[in-house]
Amino acid sequence: MKIRVNIQLKAGVLDPQGKAVHHALSSLGFNEVADVRVGKQILLDIDESDVTKAKARVTDMCEELLANTVIENYEIEIL
Amino acid sequence: MKVAVVVFPGTNCEIDTKYAYEKLGQEVTLVFHKEEKLPSDIDLVVLPGGFSYGDYLRSAAIAKFSPIMKDVISFANSGGYVLGICNGFQMLLEMRLLPGAMKRNSNVHFISKYQHLQVIDNNNTFLQKFSVGEILNVPIAHGEGNYFIDEVGLKELYANNQVLLKYVDENGQIDNPNGSIDSIACICNKNKNVFGLMPHPERAIETLLGSSDGVKMLQGFIK
Repeated sequence: MKIRVNIQLKAGVLDPQGKAVHHALSSLGFNEVADVRVGKQILLDIDESDVTKAKARVTDMCEELLANTVIENYEIEIL
Repeated sequence: MKVAVVVFPGTNCEIDTKYAYEKLGQEVTLVFHKEEKLPSDIDLVVLPGGFSYGDYLRSAAIAKFSPIMKDVISFANSGGYVLGICNGFQMLLEMRLLPGAMKRNSNVHFISKYQHLQVIDNNNTFLQKFSVGEILNVPIAHGEGNYFIDEVGLKELYANNQVLLKYVDENGQIDNPNGSIDSIACICNKNKNVFGLMPHPERAIETLLGSSDGVKMLQGFIK
């Protein structure tokens, strides 16, 4: 089963990378951009056919390693 | 005093740290991360600077799963002194031995330069040899030193005197190189036995080479 994990800084946590990209877009003339947030995407190929079980395992992975839940949120998406 | 300096793949400040403590007359052992036990009778564990596991995923995110870390955690939880410098500070945050987290520097650049610091609290082992308000000059070298903690956590840090150093200019005015909340450069845990800082005291031990302000920090742990 292929699973996509999206990791983003929590709302309210300033995103230095997003800010830098926003600045660069503005200087290129893309002035309609109001905000940019940069995150991470992790693709997992998991040996599991049960969606519920797989989600539970990936949740553990996110909590333990993939995300730092002090500053980051994660979303799990079955592909 | 016996010092253990833990070495991870990608650590690059272990020799400087060993040199600094040996120069201060202490016995230093380098401990490889694959070991499961710290040497016996250790008085201080240093998690040194560098780029453990290439800083993949997040700085220090993977180092916390090294075999030695279980023993480092139990050493810290039983009151042993642990000092995390730079990447070591990031490890202590990832391991939740210290509160908060690190983000990319606000200017998104790696910053490597001398930086003035002000002592905010000296009622702890690490900074006991300094006076409150004293200004030091110590190198920093990091890409992810932008310390973050939520409002509740920040209040708690202040209430328990856990904010130890702030980034300032030579006159003591706030001069924040990396966007850290409240310009914080160094904190400790509530029990005041676990310390984390982004600046490198082990690189400030010779006046001839720029600064010796790190000496009194490292000496804080020496009985």
